[in-house]
Amino acid sequence: MDKGQLAEFIKLLDSEVDIREEKQFTELNVPGPNLYALGKKLKENQEISFDFLFCLTGVDYGQDLGVVYHIRSTKHQQTVVLKVRTSDRKNPQFDSVADIWRTAEFHEREVFDLLGIRFINHPDLRRFFLPPSYGFPLRKDFVDDLNIVTK
Amino acid sequence: MEETMKEITGEDQKYVINMGPQHPSTHGVLRLVVSLKGEIVRNVEPHIGYVHRGMEKMCESITYPQIIHLTDRMDYLSAHINNEAVCLNVEKALEIDIPDRVRVIRTIMSELTRIQSHQLWWASFGMDLGGLTCFFYGLRDREKIMDIFEETCGGRLIVSYNCPGGLMYDIHPNFQKRTKDFIKYFRKILPEYDQLLTGNVIFKERTRGIGRLSLEDAISYGVTGPSGRASGFSCDVRKHDPYSAYDRVNFREVLFNDGDTYHRYLARIEEMKESMNIIDQLIDNIPEGPFAVKMKPVIKLPEGEYYQRVETARGELGVFIISDGNKNPYRVKFRSPSFVNLSVLNLISKDFKIADLVAIAGSLDFVIPDIDR
Amino acid sequence: MGIKGMKKEEFKDNESLELLEESGTNILLATIDDVINWGRKNSLWPLTFATSCCGIEMMATGAPRHDFARFGMEVYRASPRQADVIVVAGTIVKKMAPVLKRLYDQMSEPKYVVAMGACAISGGPFFLNSYTIVRGVDHIIPVDVYVPGCPPRPEALLYGMLQLQRKIETETIKSRRKRNASHDVF
Repeated sequence: MDKGQLAEFIKLLDSEVDIREEKQFTELNVPGPNLYALGKKLKENQEISFDFLFCLTGVDYGQDLGVVYHIRSTKHQQTVVLKVRTSDRKNPQFDSVADIWRTAEFHEREVFDLLGIRFINHPDLRRFFLPPSYGFPLRKDFVDDLNIVTK
Repeated sequence: MEETMKEITGEDQKYVINMGPQHPSTHGVLRLVVSLKGEIVRNVEPHIGYVHRGMEKMCESITYPQIIHLTDRMDYLSAHINNEAVCLNVEKALEIDIPDRVRVIRTIMSELTRIQSHQLWWASFGMDLGGLTCFFYGLRDREKIMDIFEETCGGRLIVSYNCPGGLMYDIHPNFQKRTKDFIKYFRKILPEYDQLLTGNVIFKERTRGIGRLSLEDAISYGVTGPSGRASGFSCDVRKHDPYSAYDRVNFREVLFNDGDTYHRYLARIEEMKESMNIIDQLIDNIPEGPFAVKMKPVIKLPEGEYYQRVETARGELGVFIISDGNKNPYRVKFRSPSFVNLSVLNLISKDFKIADLVAIAGSLDFVIPDIDR
Repeated sequence: MGIKGMKKEEFKDNESLELLEESGTNILLATIDDVINWGRKNSLWPLTFATSCCGIEMMATGAPRHDFARFGMEVYRASPRQADVIVVAGTIVKKMAPVLKRLYDQMSEPKYVVAMGACAISGGPFFLNSYTIVRGVDHIIPVDVYVPGCPPRPEALLYGMLQLQRKIETETIKSRRKRNASHDVF
C-alpha cells in the first residue's frame, strides 16, 4: 500500500497516534503508554507486518527524553519510524518491546546504559559498557571534568 | 560482581569459565562468561565495553568532516564503506548531486574493501579451527589490495578517502591496471581456498549442522550480512536500497536456506566471487569528470533527521544523524552490524560443545570496536 | 648467509642508547652479559594482545610479506607466563586498564613493553572529548619503545622491534636488576 493508505490504516489501529510525512520516512508519534500495543499490532497484522526493527536510538531533546524506533517490513518493503517521548528526567520509563522484536534486548540495554531510560519488563536490564556507578554520558547535562578533556 | 553464581549459572550447572578479554580466539577484547555442563555449553553471556571509546558523545563536539575519521576506526575492516555511509548521509541532507565518476570509484573501492575483509575473516577463521596455513595464504593475498589502497588513498587500513562532496584526491594512474591484475590473480587463487577448507572432511565435521539460525530468528534478532543471508533472510541493502553505482551492475544476492556455520562460510566465499564480478563490470568504464563537488568550508545540515543504510562486509550499517542547524551534529547514532550479530550468539550455541563455540563465534564475524564504538 | 641487520648509522636515535650503555665492567661479566643479551634479543616472543586497528597491522607484520619471524619473533604465546614482550596495539580504556596491568604482572622477567600506535602512546585521535580512554599506556605500565603512527606501517613496527633489540644489547646484570626494582609495586 502507498503512504497515504498506510497512514489511514495505522490511524485505525490506534487513534491517538500523530502521523507526519517527513522527507525520508513516515513518522508516528505515540504517547508512552500506547507504545507496546501499537508495536504489537504493527508486527502481527498481516497486511503491514513490520517485522524487522533495524535501529533503536535514545535521544535527549533538551527538556525531554525520547526513543526512536526504525522498523521495516520485509514482505512489503516499507519503513516507518516510531517515536515516544517523556518529560520525566528523574525516572524515565517506557515499555520494553523485547518480546515483539528480539533485537531490542541489546539495544535497550545500551540506551539504559548511556541515557538512563528504564524499560519495564525487559528480561535483563543491566549496564553494558560502563561501570555501575557512572552517570549517563549521552545526556546533554552530563559533566565529567575529571575524564573529559576539551580544547 | 553484583550477580551471584546461582543467578549466572541457573539450576543444574556444573561450572562457569571465563573466556576473558585477552584470548586468542575472541577476535579482540570480548569477554564471554560460559556456563558449561561438562563440555556442553548451557549459557553464553557476553560482557563488552573493553574498547568503548564514547564515539557517539564525541561526535557531538566535532564537525561533519571530522566524523569520517572516527568511523574509520569503528569497523576498521570496512573502513571505506563506513566513510561512505556518513558522506552519503551528509550529501543527501544537503541535496547535492555527485558526479558519476565519484559514484563508480566509490563502488569499486567498497567492493575491494569487502574482498579484503572476507580474506582476513577467512584467514582468522581457519586459524581458529586449527589450520594455520589459512592465515598465511589469506594475508598474503590481502597485501595486494593493501598496495592498491596505499597508492591511491595514502593509507593501508585507515583510508579516509571519502569526504562530503566526493573524494579527497583523484585515483592514481596505475589504479585500473593494478585492480585488473589483482582480479585476474585472485580468480585463479580462490579455488585454492576451496581446496584447503571447503572440501576438507575435518572442516565439514566441525561446521556442518553447528549453530543453526532459523529465518524467523534472523529477522527478529535483526541479523544481517552474510550471517543473515545464509539463513535465507534477503537483506542486502545493495539490492533493496541501492546507493552509489549499485543500480547499474548485475550481481546475485547470495542466499542459502540452512543457516549453519558451514553455509555462513560458503556465503562469504560466494560473496567474494560476486564482488569480483561487480568490479569487472565497472573497472573499464570509469566515467570522466570531476572527483569532488565544491563545498562550503563549514558544513551545516538543515534541521531534521537523516538515516542512511549501507552494506558493510559484516551486515547493515546505519548512520542516524539528528541535526539542529549548527556545524556540530545534535546526535549521531551508529547502528553497527556486529552489535546485533553478537546478540544471537547465546541462542545458537546452546547444547553444542565449547570447541563449537569458537567456530560459531568465528563464523558470525564480529569486530569488537564495532560492538563497543 | 644470515639476515643482514641495519647498520648503526641508519638508526635515528643513537644518543639515548649511549646513555643506557654502562662503561667499565670486568671482562668475565661483560662476556656473560653479551651472551645473555644475544639470547634474549633474538628470541622475543610476543603475547597475543590486540585491542583495535593496530592489531590488524601487527597481524600483517607477522604475515608472509613483512615476516617478523626472521627476527626471532617466531611464535605468539597466548599465555602471559610464556611471553617475553607485550605489544600494546590499540586503544586502552578504563575498563581494560586493570586487565592490562594484571597481564603485565603475570608476565615473568625479563619482560618488555612496546607501545604501538597513537592510541597507546597518548590517547591518539580520542584524546579530546572522550570520557573513557586512558591517555597513554605509560600511565599503567612502563614502556620501553614507542612506535608512532595511526596505524604504524609494518615496516615501522619492525623498526621499533629492532630498536628494542638494540636496547636489550645495552643491558648488564646489574642494570637489569636496578631497572626492575623501580617497577615493583608489591
